[in-house]
Amino acid sequence: MSEAQPGTLAVGGAGITRIDPLGAVLVAAGAAALLFLPFVVFKSNRIVPGDPRTLVQVLPAWGALGCAALLALAAAAALWVANARARLALALLALAAVALAAAAAGDALTPPGDRVVRVAPGGAFWVVLVCLGLLGTDATTRLRPGPGLRVLMLAASLAVVGLALAHGVFDHLSIMREYAVNAVRFAREARQHLKLAFGSLAAAALVGLPLGVLCHRAPRLRPGVLTTLNVIQTIPAIALFGILMAPLGALAAAVPLADRLGIRGIGAAPAVVALFLYSLLPIVANTVAGLKRVSRAAVDAAHGMGMTSWQVLTQVELLLALPVILTGVRVVLVQNIGMVTIAALIGGGGLGAFVFQGIGQTAIDLVLLGAIPIVTLAFSAALILDALVEVLDRVKA
Amino acid sequence: MIEVENLTKRYGETTVVDRVSFTVERGSIAVIVGTSGSGKSTLLRMINRLVEPTSGRVLIDGRDTRGDPAHLLRRRIGYVIQGYGLFPHRTVAQNIATVPRLLGWDARRIEARVRELLEVFSLDPASYADALPHQLSGGQQQRVGVARALAAEPAVLLMDEPFGALDPIIRTKAQDDLRGIQQRFGTTVLLVTHDMDEAFRLGDRVAVMSAGQLLQYDRPAALLTRPAAEFVSRMTGLADRALRLLSLVTAGEAALPGPSDGPAVAPTISLREALSELLWSGADSARVVDADGTVRGRLTVATILARGRP
Repeated sequence: MSEAQPGTLAVGGAGITRIDPLGAVLVAAGAAALLFLPFVVFKSNRIVPGDPRTLVQVLPAWGALGCAALLALAAAAALWVANARARLALALLALAAVALAAAAAGDALTPPGDRVVRVAPGGAFWVVLVCLGLLGTDATTRLRPGPGLRVLMLAASLAVVGLALAHGVFDHLSIMREYAVNAVRFAREARQHLKLAFGSLAAAALVGLPLGVLCHRAPRLRPGVLTTLNVIQTIPAIALFGILMAPLGALAAAVPLADRLGIRGIGAAPAVVALFLYSLLPIVANTVAGLKRVSRAAVDAAHGMGMTSWQVLTQVELLLALPVILTGVRVVLVQNIGMVTIAALIGGGGLGAFVFQGIGQTAIDLVLLGAIPIVTLAFSAALILDALVEVLDRVKA
Repeated sequence: MIEVENLTKRYGETTVVDRVSFTVERGSIAVIVGTSGSGKSTLLRMINRLVEPTSGRVLIDGRDTRGDPAHLLRRRIGYVIQGYGLFPHRTVAQNIATVPRLLGWDARRIEARVRELLEVFSLDPASYADALPHQLSGGQQQRVGVARALAAEPAVLLMDEPFGALDPIIRTKAQDDLRGIQQRFGTTVLLVTHDMDEAFRLGDRVAVMSAGQLLQYDRPAALLTRPAAEFVSRMTGLADRALRLLSLVTAGEAALPGPSDGPAVAPTISLREALSELLWSGADSARVVDADGTVRGRLTVATILARGRP
């Protein structure tokens, strides 16, 4: 594997190592950001424009020196070291150092007991964070960890970040200030976000799976169903919310029970219905594709040995199609976690509420309070389901 | 015993199987041969009602196959197909246990039966019971396919091109194994193939099908000596029919009393092989000798040649 790595050319025993192209880009971007962008932005209150500060200005000399040394090491690894383990370890160390530096800057710039000043991570912080993240991801990909290890790595990363947050390490940074103000609402909106994403997925699976089986069994239905679902996919989300408002509003007006159940023109109902409709295509299409992939001989043998149609479907066909169906579920889940954000626009709630409120108040920290958990959720869902698909696919290979 | 009476299958205007009748005796092997599209697979699939007949009926050991729901009928009939159709997500043991589980056997009985079958098919339970099908060779997969079909001790075994995917050497071995296992369990076998050599090798009786009709159902030798239609002799092959005939008789059956100073041959080999041995050694006759050394008689070239004529 090491021979195939880009940018590494071993000549004779000594070895002449070329510069890693990805590493070069990341180091250039990170260095430029540290030189020209503020590491943190100090604001005397939430609304006023900020006052940029560099890494050196905000940390004590030993801290700045240590952090810079780790960043230099990571940069050197990115440029010249081919060993993926070393690259990953240095990327993670530098990541921790940068995060702690930002936290320390928050602590240093906030007068004791002050709740008004805001210390926001600046452009340099975010660019370096992304560069180190990419360096780590690239190194992880080169290590080709198995599905179990990947989930374990995700769990460990989330646990470390969670522990740091719980211990208040980042409490003086602006995003955590926004969180402190909105803690109760944050928990509610996060729950609502998950409820909308998983609820619409469950509904789509409940309807899409039988519909996919039906399309498989009755090929004449297939083109019609798939075309209809395809057309729905092409409607922009906001437009679909709008389209659904009228009929659901009318329904609520006509049927008091619907209104009492929360089925109205605005709120969660149109959001769930829209997400459900978007989710149908990946589930139905993947169910059909998965069933088509099942060995005809196995199905014939199953019938020939005396399984009932239901037994053939549940014990053979669906089990063998499961990896492909789960790939559809993965698409839907990631798509839903992202799209639920827009539900906030029509009063559906979810973490999108912070995003749109933040945009309205030009409070970028509030936007991030909504956006970062959404990205983390989507990333985690994708990683976990990918691992699951890989495990199942390996069993039946 | 399988009794097929006037079995017919029509799809719209097309008649795929046309009023076919024949009987397979208990504990014998019948082989259906025909070109592709002759209706032989459809005929086989009507026996276990994977295809429902348009008219006619099938009796298995005297019972009409329409008496039970199709899936219950199929649990009493072994079924092996080309490509075997092993369940890729289940282990070898789970595959073999399929029908016993459907029948609700208790776990101990299932385990004992799986172990017995693995041993019968020369698959060491310790290394193969928990293997997945894709970890096996083609020949091993084929054996698991047959073992799975025989798991619930069916009286009847249906096989649709069961050796089609095997290379020639393994195929011959698998055919011999099938003979041995069929005799051991006393199973009645109905096998479909397009390979006339396979039909002659395995069949107590051979059914030749063309365009949905059963042209002849007879002992292999009779297909050669008294073909009922021109198509039958085309299928059996005119050029080497004398040699085919010789391959159907064993040296033990043809041996006559008398001494011989020629080479010794076993009574189980065919006359075709004995003739080849005589040609090779240049002798006029061979001694037929049992495995324990008893001389059963002699076999002259003239005796052999006389058997190669109708």
